[in-house]
Amino acid sequence: MSKENSLFVDGIIACMQRIFSIFVLFASVITACTGLESSAPASSNLILATTTSTQDSGLLDVLIPLFEAESGYTVQTVAVGSGQAMKMGEDGNADVLLVHAPEAEEEFMAKGFGKDRALVMHNDFVVVGPASDPAGIAGMAAVDAWKRIAASGAVFISRGDDSGTHKKEMNLWKQAALDPKGQAWYFESGQGMGATLTIASEKGAYTLTDRATYLAARDHLQLEILVEGDETLLNVYHVITVNPEKWEKVNYEGALAFLRFLIAPSTQEIIGQFGVDRFGQPLFFPDANKTDEDLGL
Amino acid sequence: MFFNPEIFQITALSLQVSTLATGISLLIGLPLGTWLALGNFRGRSFLLSIVNTGMALPPVVVGLVVAMMLWRSGPLGDLRLIYTPMAIVIAQTIIAAPVVTGLTAAALEALDPRLSQQLLGLGASRLQMVWYLWREARLPLLAALMAGFGSVISEVGASMMVGGNIKGQTRVLTTAIVLETSKGEFETALALSALLLVLTYLINLALTRIQQRGQKR
Repeated sequence: MSKENSLFVDGIIACMQRIFSIFVLFASVITACTGLESSAPASSNLILATTTSTQDSGLLDVLIPLFEAESGYTVQTVAVGSGQAMKMGEDGNADVLLVHAPEAEEEFMAKGFGKDRALVMHNDFVVVGPASDPAGIAGMAAVDAWKRIAASGAVFISRGDDSGTHKKEMNLWKQAALDPKGQAWYFESGQGMGATLTIASEKGAYTLTDRATYLAARDHLQLEILVEGDETLLNVYHVITVNPEKWEKVNYEGALAFLRFLIAPSTQEIIGQFGVDRFGQPLFFPDANKTDEDLGL
Repeated sequence: MFFNPEIFQITALSLQVSTLATGISLLIGLPLGTWLALGNFRGRSFLLSIVNTGMALPPVVVGLVVAMMLWRSGPLGDLRLIYTPMAIVIAQTIIAAPVVTGLTAAALEALDPRLSQQLLGLGASRLQMVWYLWREARLPLLAALMAGFGSVISEVGASMMVGGNIKGQTRVLTTAIVLETSKGEFETALALSALLLVLTYLINLALTRIQQRGQKR
Protein backbone atom coordinates (compact mmCIF):
# COMPACT_ATOMS: atom_id res chain seq x y z
CA MET A 1 0.00 0.00 0.00
CA SER A 2 1.35 3.45 -0.83
CA LYS A 3 2.35 5.90 1.88
CA GLU A 4 -0.66 8.07 1.11
CA ASN A 5 -3.03 5.14 1.43
CA SER A 6 -1.63 4.13 4.77
CA LEU A 7 -2.01 7.68 6.04
CA PHE A 8 -5.69 7.58 5.22
CA VAL A 9 -6.19 4.17 6.76
CA ASP A 10 -4.39 5.19 9.95
CA GLY A 11 -6.45 8.35 10.18
CA ILE A 12 -9.69 6.49 9.64
CA ILE A 13 -8.78 3.92 12.26
CA ALA A 14 -7.83 6.63 14.75
CA CYS A 15 -11.13 8.48 14.28
CA MET A 16 -13.19 5.31 14.42
CA GLN A 17 -11.56 4.27 17.69
CA ARG A 18 -12.92 7.39 19.31
CA ILE A 19 -16.35 7.02 17.76
CA PHE A 20 -16.58 3.36 18.70
CA SER A 21 -16.57 3.89 22.45
CA ILE A 22 -19.36 6.45 22.17
CA PHE A 23 -21.30 4.04 20.01
CA VAL A 24 -20.95 1.14 22.43
CA LEU A 25 -22.36 3.37 25.18
CA PHE A 26 -25.25 4.43 22.96
CA ALA A 27 -26.01 0.90 21.81
CA SER A 28 -26.02 -0.47 25.33
CA VAL A 29 -28.48 2.22 26.41
CA ILE A 30 -30.82 1.25 23.60
CA THR A 31 -30.61 -2.48 24.18
CA ALA A 32 -30.92 -2.04 27.94
CA CYS A 33 -34.22 -0.23 27.48
CA THR A 34 -35.92 -3.36 26.23
CA GLY A 35 -35.05 -6.97 25.98
CA LEU A 36 -33.49 -6.24 22.62
CA GLU A 37 -30.36 -8.11 23.51
CA SER A 38 -32.05 -11.28 24.56
CA SER A 39 -32.32 -14.11 22.12
CA ALA A 40 -35.06 -16.59 22.87
CA PRO A 41 -34.11 -19.10 25.57
CA ALA A 42 -34.63 -22.65 24.42
CA SER A 43 -36.93 -24.22 26.93
CA SER A 44 -39.42 -21.46 27.67
CA ASN A 45 -39.97 -20.42 24.08
CA LEU A 46 -42.50 -21.95 21.75
CA ILE A 47 -43.01 -21.29 18.05
CA LEU A 48 -46.63 -21.79 17.03
CA ALA A 49 -47.27 -21.88 13.29
CA THR A 50 -50.92 -21.32 12.59
CA THR A 51 -53.46 -20.15 10.05
CA THR A 52 -54.40 -16.58 9.30
CA SER A 53 -58.03 -17.43 10.11
CA THR A 54 -57.31 -18.18 13.77
CA GLN A 55 -55.37 -14.97 14.03
CA ASP A 56 -57.63 -12.65 12.00
CA SER A 57 -60.69 -13.78 13.94
CA GLY A 58 -59.02 -12.70 17.17
CA LEU A 59 -59.26 -16.11 18.88
CA LEU A 60 -55.52 -16.44 19.46
CA ASP A 61 -55.36 -12.98 21.04
CA VAL A 62 -57.57 -14.47 23.76
CA LEU A 63 -56.05 -17.94 24.08
CA ILE A 64 -52.32 -17.23 23.87
CA PRO A 65 -52.08 -14.85 26.85
CA LEU A 66 -54.04 -17.38 28.94
CA PHE A 67 -51.66 -20.17 28.00
CA GLU A 68 -48.61 -18.00 28.64
CA ALA A 69 -49.85 -16.96 32.08
CA GLU A 70 -50.72 -20.51 33.03
CA SER A 71 -47.65 -22.30 31.69
CA GLY A 72 -44.89 -19.71 31.76
CA TYR A 73 -43.99 -20.33 28.13
CA THR A 74 -43.55 -17.44 25.72
CA VAL A 75 -45.38 -18.18 22.51
CA GLN A 76 -44.18 -16.79 19.21
CA THR A 77 -47.21 -17.02 16.98
CA VAL A 78 -46.46 -16.93 13.30
CA ALA A 79 -49.63 -16.73 11.21
CA VAL A 80 -49.01 -18.18 7.78
CA GLY A 81 -51.17 -20.51 5.71
CA SER A 82 -51.62 -24.16 6.72
CA GLY A 83 -49.36 -25.19 3.83
CA GLN A 84 -46.50 -23.03 5.02
CA ALA A 85 -47.12 -24.00 8.65
CA MET A 86 -46.71 -27.67 7.78
CA LYS A 87 -43.59 -26.90 5.76
CA MET A 88 -42.18 -25.15 8.81
CA GLY A 89 -43.01 -28.26 10.83
CA GLU A 90 -41.25 -30.45 8.27
CA ASP A 91 -38.12 -28.29 8.51
CA GLY A 92 -38.23 -28.14 12.29
CA ASN A 93 -38.78 -24.39 12.26
CA ALA A 94 -41.93 -24.58 14.41
CA ASP A 95 -42.75 -26.52 17.58
CA VAL A 96 -46.51 -26.83 17.31
CA LEU A 97 -49.05 -26.31 14.52
CA LEU A 98 -52.69 -25.27 14.62
CA VAL A 99 -54.00 -25.89 11.12
CA HIS A 100 -57.13 -26.78 9.16
CA ALA A 101 -56.21 -28.92 6.18
CA PRO A 102 -57.08 -32.49 7.22
CA GLU A 103 -55.87 -34.35 4.12
CA ALA A 104 -52.51 -32.56 4.11
CA GLU A 105 -52.25 -33.07 7.86
CA GLU A 106 -52.76 -36.81 7.52
CA GLU A 107 -49.97 -36.93 4.98
CA PHE A 108 -47.81 -34.89 7.36
CA MET A 109 -48.43 -37.40 10.15
CA ALA A 110 -47.92 -40.39 7.85
CA LYS A 111 -44.47 -39.10 6.91
CA GLY A 112 -43.63 -38.94 10.59
CA PHE A 113 -43.22 -35.19 10.90
CA GLY A 114 -45.85 -34.85 13.60
CA LYS A 115 -45.97 -36.71 16.88
CA ASP A 116 -49.36 -35.97 18.44
CA ARG A 117 -52.45 -34.72 16.65
CA ALA A 118 -55.64 -33.68 18.41
CA LEU A 119 -58.98 -32.38 17.22
CA VAL A 120 -59.61 -28.93 18.67
CA MET A 121 -62.64 -27.25 17.11
CA HIS A 122 -64.57 -26.69 13.93
CA ASN A 123 -66.55 -24.09 12.21
CA ASP A 124 -67.66 -23.86 8.65
CA PHE A 125 -66.69 -22.24 5.43
CA VAL A 126 -69.14 -20.03 3.64
CA VAL A 127 -69.22 -18.70 0.10
CA VAL A 128 -69.59 -14.94 0.06
CA GLY A 129 -70.25 -12.58 -2.79
CA PRO A 130 -71.96 -9.33 -3.75
CA ALA A 131 -75.58 -8.91 -2.69
CA SER A 132 -76.55 -8.68 -6.35
CA ASP A 133 -75.31 -12.29 -6.84
CA PRO A 134 -74.65 -12.09 -10.61
CA ALA A 135 -74.09 -15.82 -10.96
CA GLY A 136 -77.24 -16.66 -8.97
CA ILE A 137 -75.63 -19.13 -6.56
CA ALA A 138 -77.62 -18.25 -3.44
CA GLY A 139 -78.77 -21.32 -1.54
CA MET A 140 -77.02 -23.85 -3.78
CA ALA A 141 -74.68 -26.60 -2.64
CA ALA A 142 -71.02 -25.58 -2.78
CA VAL A 143 -69.97 -27.79 -5.66
CA ASP A 144 -72.98 -26.69 -7.74
CA ALA A 145 -72.16 -23.07 -6.93
CA TRP A 146 -68.64 -23.61 -8.23
CA LYS A 147 -70.02 -24.99 -11.50
CA ARG A 148 -72.39 -22.04 -11.82
CA ILE A 149 -69.63 -19.51 -11.20
CA ALA A 150 -67.43 -21.11 -13.85
CA ALA A 151 -70.30 -21.26 -16.33
CA SER A 152 -71.28 -17.64 -15.85
CA GLY A 153 -67.71 -16.35 -15.73
CA ALA A 154 -68.37 -14.41 -12.52
CA VAL A 155 -65.24 -13.07 -10.86
CA PHE A 156 -63.83 -15.36 -8.17
CA ILE A 157 -60.95 -14.54 -5.82
CA SER A 158 -58.89 -17.47 -4.59
CA ARG A 159 -56.44 -17.41 -1.67
CA GLY A 160 -53.88 -18.99 -3.98
CA ASP A 161 -51.48 -19.58 -1.08
CA ASP A 162 -51.71 -23.27 -0.23
CA SER A 163 -53.59 -22.46 2.98
CA GLY A 164 -56.33 -24.63 4.51
CA THR A 165 -58.97 -22.43 2.91
CA HIS A 166 -57.22 -22.65 -0.44
CA LYS A 167 -56.99 -26.42 -0.22
CA LYS A 168 -60.70 -26.65 0.56
CA GLU A 169 -61.47 -24.44 -2.41
CA MET A 170 -59.33 -26.58 -4.75
CA ASN A 171 -61.00 -29.69 -3.36
CA LEU A 172 -64.38 -28.28 -4.35
CA TRP A 173 -63.12 -27.48 -7.86
CA LYS A 174 -61.92 -31.08 -8.11
CA GLN A 175 -65.31 -32.37 -7.04
CA ALA A 176 -66.89 -30.14 -9.67
CA ALA A 177 -64.45 -31.56 -12.22
CA LEU A 178 -63.30 -28.09 -13.22
CA ASP A 179 -59.92 -26.41 -13.48
CA PRO A 180 -60.19 -22.66 -12.87
CA LYS A 181 -56.51 -21.81 -13.25
CA GLY A 182 -55.77 -19.37 -16.00
CA GLN A 183 -59.40 -18.48 -16.60
CA ALA A 184 -60.11 -14.80 -17.11
CA TRP A 185 -62.53 -14.58 -14.18
CA TYR A 186 -60.29 -16.39 -11.65
CA PHE A 187 -57.84 -14.37 -9.55
CA GLU A 188 -55.38 -15.52 -6.88
CA SER A 189 -54.59 -13.03 -4.15
CA GLY A 190 -51.76 -14.96 -2.49
CA GLN A 191 -52.65 -13.30 0.81
CA GLY A 192 -54.43 -14.04 4.07
CA MET A 193 -58.18 -14.31 4.52
CA GLY A 194 -58.74 -10.74 5.68
CA ALA A 195 -56.92 -9.22 2.74
CA THR A 196 -58.61 -11.60 0.28
CA LEU A 197 -62.04 -10.63 1.59
CA THR A 198 -61.20 -6.97 1.08
CA ILE A 199 -60.19 -7.67 -2.51
CA ALA A 200 -63.38 -9.62 -3.16
CA SER A 201 -65.43 -6.83 -1.64
CA GLU A 202 -63.77 -4.16 -3.77
CA LYS A 203 -64.12 -6.18 -6.95
CA GLY A 204 -67.66 -7.36 -6.24
CA ALA A 205 -66.43 -10.92 -6.53
CA TYR A 206 -67.11 -14.32 -4.96
CA THR A 207 -64.75 -16.02 -2.55
CA LEU A 208 -64.59 -18.87 -0.07
CA THR A 209 -64.01 -17.87 3.53
CA ASP A 210 -64.27 -19.33 7.00
CA ARG A 211 -67.23 -17.93 8.87
CA ALA A 212 -65.15 -16.52 11.74
CA THR A 213 -62.95 -14.22 9.63
CA TYR A 214 -65.97 -13.08 7.62
CA LEU A 215 -67.93 -12.14 10.74
CA ALA A 216 -64.97 -10.35 12.24
CA ALA A 217 -64.45 -8.31 9.06
CA ARG A 218 -68.08 -7.89 7.97
CA ASP A 219 -68.39 -4.22 8.91
CA HIS A 220 -66.10 -2.99 6.22
CA LEU A 221 -67.10 -5.50 3.54
CA GLN A 222 -69.84 -5.35 0.92
CA LEU A 223 -70.28 -9.09 0.76
CA GLU A 224 -73.12 -11.37 1.83
CA ILE A 225 -73.15 -15.04 2.75
CA LEU A 226 -74.66 -16.82 -0.25
CA VAL A 227 -73.87 -20.49 0.33
CA GLU A 228 -73.65 -22.15 3.73
CA GLY A 229 -74.53 -25.26 5.71
CA ASP A 230 -73.32 -27.69 3.08
CA GLU A 231 -71.54 -30.69 4.62
CA THR A 232 -68.62 -30.21 2.21
CA LEU A 233 -67.98 -26.84 3.87
CA LEU A 234 -66.96 -28.28 7.23
CA ASN A 235 -63.79 -26.60 8.54
CA VAL A 236 -61.94 -28.64 11.14
CA TYR A 237 -58.92 -27.51 13.18
CA HIS A 238 -56.31 -29.82 14.62
CA VAL A 239 -53.29 -29.12 16.79
CA ILE A 240 -50.13 -31.06 15.93
CA THR A 241 -46.86 -31.33 17.85
CA VAL A 242 -43.77 -31.52 15.68
CA ASN A 243 -41.91 -34.79 16.08
CA PRO A 244 -38.78 -34.31 18.22
CA GLU A 245 -37.35 -37.51 16.79
CA LYS A 246 -36.98 -35.79 13.43
CA TRP A 247 -35.74 -32.50 14.86
CA GLU A 248 -34.18 -32.59 18.31
CA LYS A 249 -34.22 -28.79 18.60
CA VAL A 250 -38.00 -28.56 18.80
CA ASN A 251 -39.51 -27.72 22.16
CA TYR A 252 -41.62 -30.85 22.48
CA GLU A 253 -42.59 -30.30 26.12
CA GLY A 254 -43.91 -26.86 25.30
CA ALA A 255 -45.72 -28.15 22.24
CA LEU A 256 -47.40 -30.90 24.24
CA ALA A 257 -48.35 -28.41 26.96
CA PHE A 258 -50.01 -26.25 24.32
CA LEU A 259 -51.87 -29.20 22.85
CA ARG A 260 -53.15 -30.20 26.28
CA PHE A 261 -54.15 -26.60 26.94
CA LEU A 262 -56.21 -26.44 23.76
CA ILE A 263 -58.17 -29.61 24.50
CA ALA A 264 -58.63 -28.88 28.21
CA PRO A 265 -62.30 -28.41 29.18
CA SER A 266 -61.80 -24.86 30.45
CA THR A 267 -60.17 -23.76 27.20
CA GLN A 268 -62.79 -25.57 25.14
CA GLU A 269 -65.44 -23.62 26.97
CA ILE A 270 -63.67 -20.32 26.17
CA ILE A 271 -63.49 -21.36 22.53
CA GLY A 272 -67.20 -22.11 22.53
CA GLN A 273 -68.02 -18.69 23.95
CA PHE A 274 -65.70 -16.71 21.72
CA GLY A 275 -67.52 -14.16 19.60
CA VAL A 276 -70.94 -14.59 21.20
CA ASP A 277 -71.01 -11.15 22.77
CA ARG A 278 -69.77 -9.43 19.63
CA PHE A 279 -71.56 -11.39 16.92
CA GLY A 280 -74.44 -13.06 18.73
CA GLN A 281 -73.11 -16.44 17.67
CA PRO A 282 -69.98 -18.43 18.49
CA LEU A 283 -67.27 -18.36 15.83
CA PHE A 284 -65.86 -21.81 16.65
CA PHE A 285 -67.38 -25.02 18.02
CA PRO A 286 -65.23 -26.99 20.50
CA ASP A 287 -64.68 -30.64 19.58
CA ALA A 288 -62.01 -32.07 21.85
CA ASN A 289 -64.42 -34.67 23.19
CA LYS A 290 -65.17 -36.01 19.70
CA THR A 291 -63.25 -37.97 17.13
CA ASP A 292 -62.64 -37.28 13.47
CA GLU A 293 -65.26 -39.88 12.53
CA ASP A 294 -67.90 -38.04 14.58
CA LEU A 295 -67.42 -35.08 12.33
CA GLY A 296 -67.56 -37.14 9.19
CA LEU A 297 -63.90 -36.88 8.32
CA MET B 1 -56.52 5.65 20.98
CA PHE B 2 -53.02 6.91 20.55
CA PHE B 3 -52.05 6.54 24.13
CA ASN B 4 -52.66 2.88 24.65
CA PRO B 5 -49.62 0.94 25.87
CA GLU B 6 -49.51 -1.33 22.84
CA ILE B 7 -48.95 1.56 20.44
CA PHE B 8 -46.28 2.99 22.69
CA GLN B 9 -44.54 -0.36 22.73
CA ILE B 10 -44.74 -0.76 18.94
CA THR B 11 -43.43 2.76 18.36
CA ALA B 12 -40.63 2.37 20.87
CA LEU B 13 -39.57 -0.91 19.29
CA SER B 14 -39.57 0.61 15.78
CA LEU B 15 -37.35 3.44 16.96
CA GLN B 16 -34.98 1.21 18.91
CA VAL B 17 -34.53 -1.29 16.13
CA SER B 18 -34.06 1.22 13.32
CA THR B 19 -31.84 3.54 15.36
CA LEU B 20 -29.59 0.68 16.40
CA ALA B 21 -29.41 -0.64 12.83
CA THR B 22 -28.59 2.83 11.49
CA GLY B 23 -25.97 3.31 14.19
CA ILE B 24 -24.24 0.04 13.32
CA SER B 25 -24.46 0.89 9.62
CA LEU B 26 -22.78 4.19 10.36
CA LEU B 27 -20.03 2.42 12.25
CA ILE B 28 -19.47 0.18 9.23
CA GLY B 29 -20.26 2.65 6.47
CA LEU B 30 -18.36 5.69 7.59
CA PRO B 31 -14.88 4.15 7.70
CA LEU B 32 -15.54 1.87 4.75
CA GLY B 33 -16.91 4.68 2.61
CA THR B 34 -14.05 6.96 3.56
CA TRP B 35 -11.47 4.35 2.69
CA LEU B 36 -13.19 3.65 -0.63
CA ALA B 37 -13.26 7.35 -1.45
CA LEU B 38 -9.75 8.31 -0.46
CA GLY B 39 -7.78 5.13 -0.84
CA ASN B 40 -6.03 4.16 -4.01
CA PHE B 41 -5.87 0.41 -4.44
CA ARG B 42 -6.63 -2.29 -6.91
CA GLY B 43 -10.25 -3.38 -6.96
CA ARG B 44 -11.46 -0.03 -5.66
CA SER B 45 -13.94 0.62 -8.47
CA PHE B 46 -15.13 -2.96 -8.30
CA LEU B 47 -15.82 -2.67 -4.55
CA LEU B 48 -17.52 0.66 -5.09
CA SER B 49 -19.81 -0.83 -7.72
CA ILE B 50 -20.73 -3.67 -5.33
CA VAL B 51 -21.58 -1.11 -2.64
CA ASN B 52 -23.64 0.94 -5.05
CA THR B 53 -25.55 -2.16 -6.10
CA GLY B 54 -26.11 -2.89 -2.42
CA MET B 55 -27.95 0.41 -2.12
CA ALA B 56 -30.69 -1.04 -4.29
CA LEU B 57 -31.07 -4.36 -2.44
CA PRO B 58 -34.78 -5.12 -2.04
CA PRO B 59 -35.50 -5.30 1.71
CA VAL B 60 -37.77 -8.33 1.30
CA VAL B 61 -34.95 -10.26 -0.37
CA VAL B 62 -32.58 -9.36 2.47
CA GLY B 63 -35.31 -10.49 4.88
CA LEU B 64 -35.73 -13.81 3.12
CA VAL B 65 -32.01 -14.59 3.04
CA VAL B 66 -31.47 -13.58 6.68
CA ALA B 67 -34.54 -15.61 7.70
CA MET B 68 -33.17 -18.67 5.92
CA MET B 69 -29.89 -18.24 7.81
CA LEU B 70 -31.61 -17.80 11.17
CA TRP B 71 -34.21 -20.56 10.92
CA ARG B 72 -33.55 -23.59 13.07
CA SER B 73 -32.94 -25.50 9.88
CA GLY B 74 -30.46 -22.84 8.76
CA PRO B 75 -26.73 -22.47 9.50
CA LEU B 76 -27.21 -19.94 12.30
CA GLY B 77 -30.28 -21.56 13.82
CA ASP B 78 -28.58 -22.30 17.11
CA LEU B 79 -28.31 -18.59 17.85
CA ARG B 80 -32.11 -18.68 18.25
CA LEU B 81 -32.47 -15.20 16.84
CA ILE B 82 -35.37 -15.81 14.47
CA TYR B 83 -38.51 -13.86 15.41
CA THR B 84 -36.60 -11.62 17.83
CA PRO B 85 -35.97 -7.85 17.54
CA MET B 86 -32.24 -8.52 17.13
CA ALA B 87 -32.98 -10.41 13.92
CA ILE B 88 -34.70 -7.30 12.58
CA VAL B 89 -31.69 -5.21 13.59
CA ILE B 90 -29.41 -7.57 11.66
CA ALA B 91 -31.54 -7.47 8.53
CA GLN B 92 -31.95 -3.69 8.70
CA THR B 93 -28.21 -3.20 9.15
CA ILE B 94 -27.62 -5.19 5.97
CA ILE B 95 -30.08 -2.90 4.20
CA ALA B 96 -28.72 0.39 5.53
CA ALA B 97 -24.98 -0.27 5.50
CA PRO B 98 -24.52 -0.10 1.70
CA VAL B 99 -26.60 3.09 1.60
CA VAL B 100 -24.43 4.79 4.20
CA THR B 101 -21.20 3.44 2.68
CA GLY B 102 -22.02 4.45 -0.88
CA LEU B 103 -23.18 7.93 0.01
CA THR B 104 -20.21 8.49 2.33
CA ALA B 105 -17.85 7.51 -0.46
CA ALA B 106 -19.58 9.90 -2.84
CA ALA B 107 -19.49 12.67 -0.22
CA LEU B 108 -15.76 12.38 0.35
CA GLU B 109 -14.86 11.96 -3.28
CA ALA B 110 -16.53 15.30 -3.93
CA LEU B 111 -13.98 17.08 -1.76
CA ASP B 112 -11.03 18.80 -3.31
CA PRO B 113 -8.37 16.11 -3.62
CA ARG B 114 -5.65 18.51 -2.60
CA LEU B 115 -7.33 19.24 0.71
CA SER B 116 -5.84 16.26 2.48
CA GLN B 117 -2.36 17.21 1.27
CA GLN B 118 -2.85 20.75 2.50
CA LEU B 119 -3.95 19.56 5.90
CA LEU B 120 -0.96 17.31 6.29
CA GLY B 121 1.28 20.07 5.07
CA LEU B 122 -0.12 22.36 7.75
CA GLY B 123 0.88 19.83 10.37
CA ALA B 124 -2.33 17.90 10.93
CA SER B 125 -2.01 14.44 12.40
CA ARG B 126 -3.61 11.55 10.56
CA LEU B 127 -6.54 11.60 12.93
CA GLN B 128 -6.99 15.34 12.52
CA MET B 129 -6.83 15.05 8.75
CA VAL B 130 -9.60 12.47 8.50
CA TRP B 131 -11.67 14.27 11.13
CA TYR B 132 -11.36 17.54 9.25
CA LEU B 133 -12.31 15.90 5.98
CA TRP B 134 -15.41 14.55 7.64
CA ARG B 135 -16.28 17.96 8.94
CA GLU B 136 -15.81 19.44 5.51
CA ALA B 137 -18.17 16.88 4.05
CA ARG B 138 -20.73 17.05 6.86
CA LEU B 139 -23.58 18.16 4.60
CA PRO B 140 -23.58 15.10 2.36
CA LEU B 141 -22.50 12.85 5.26
CA LEU B 142 -25.57 13.81 7.29
CA ALA B 143 -27.62 13.24 4.17
CA ALA B 144 -26.09 9.75 4.05
CA LEU B 145 -27.16 9.20 7.65
CA MET B 146 -30.70 10.37 6.94
CA ALA B 147 -30.86 8.16 3.86
CA GLY B 148 -29.68 5.15 5.86
CA PHE B 149 -32.23 5.76 8.59
CA GLY B 150 -34.98 6.39 6.05
CA SER B 151 -34.26 3.13 4.28
CA VAL B 152 -34.90 1.09 7.43
CA ILE B 153 -37.58 2.93 9.38
CA SER B 154 -39.83 2.61 6.35
CA GLU B 155 -39.18 -0.96 5.29
CA VAL B 156 -41.65 -3.76 5.98
CA GLY B 157 -40.48 -6.79 3.98
CA ALA B 158 -37.45 -7.69 6.07
CA SER B 159 -39.16 -6.91 9.39
CA MET B 160 -42.02 -9.19 8.43
CA MET B 161 -39.82 -12.07 7.32
CA VAL B 162 -37.31 -12.20 10.16
CA GLY B 163 -39.49 -10.71 12.87
CA GLY B 164 -42.77 -12.45 12.18
CA ASN B 165 -44.89 -9.46 13.33
CA ILE B 166 -45.46 -11.09 16.70
CA LYS B 167 -47.65 -9.09 19.06
CA GLY B 168 -45.70 -7.64 21.94
CA GLN B 169 -42.40 -8.99 20.64
CA THR B 170 -41.51 -8.05 17.08
CA ARG B 171 -44.41 -5.93 15.88
CA VAL B 172 -43.12 -2.62 14.57
CA LEU B 173 -45.05 0.30 13.07
CA THR B 174 -44.73 -0.83 9.46
CA THR B 175 -45.76 -4.43 10.08
CA ALA B 176 -48.59 -3.27 12.34
CA ILE B 177 -49.89 -1.11 9.49
CA VAL B 178 -49.91 -4.13 7.16
CA LEU B 179 -51.75 -6.21 9.76
CA GLU B 180 -54.43 -3.60 10.44
CA THR B 181 -54.94 -3.15 6.70
CA SER B 182 -55.37 -6.88 6.15
CA LYS B 183 -57.95 -6.92 8.94
CA GLY B 184 -59.76 -4.06 7.26
CA GLU B 185 -59.12 -1.66 10.13
CA PHE B 186 -58.24 1.16 7.79
CA GLU B 187 -58.62 3.95 10.32
CA THR B 188 -56.18 2.33 12.69
CA ALA B 189 -53.80 1.71 9.79
CA LEU B 190 -53.98 5.36 8.78
CA ALA B 191 -53.46 6.51 12.36
CA LEU B 192 -50.34 4.36 12.64
CA SER B 193 -49.16 5.68 9.28
CA ALA B 194 -49.56 9.24 10.50
CA LEU B 195 -47.64 8.38 13.65
CA LEU B 196 -44.81 6.87 11.61
CA LEU B 197 -44.65 9.93 9.35
CA VAL B 198 -44.60 12.36 12.26
CA LEU B 199 -41.83 10.38 13.93
CA THR B 200 -39.64 10.26 10.84
CA TYR B 201 -40.29 13.94 10.23
CA LEU B 202 -39.17 14.90 13.73
CA ILE B 203 -36.02 12.84 13.50
CA ASN B 204 -35.11 14.23 10.13
CA LEU B 205 -35.91 17.74 11.32
CA ALA B 206 -33.34 17.35 14.07
CA LEU B 207 -30.75 15.91 11.70
CA THR B 208 -31.40 18.61 9.10
CA ARG B 209 -30.92 21.28 11.74
CA ILE B 210 -27.55 19.79 12.59
CA GLN B 211 -26.70 19.52 8.93
CA GLN B 212 -27.60 23.13 8.20
CA ARG B 213 -25.94 24.61 11.25
CA GLY B 214 -23.63 27.38 10.17
CA GLN B 215 -24.97 27.54 6.64
CA LYS B 216 -25.62 31.13 5.78
CA ARG B 217 -28.68 30.64 3.55
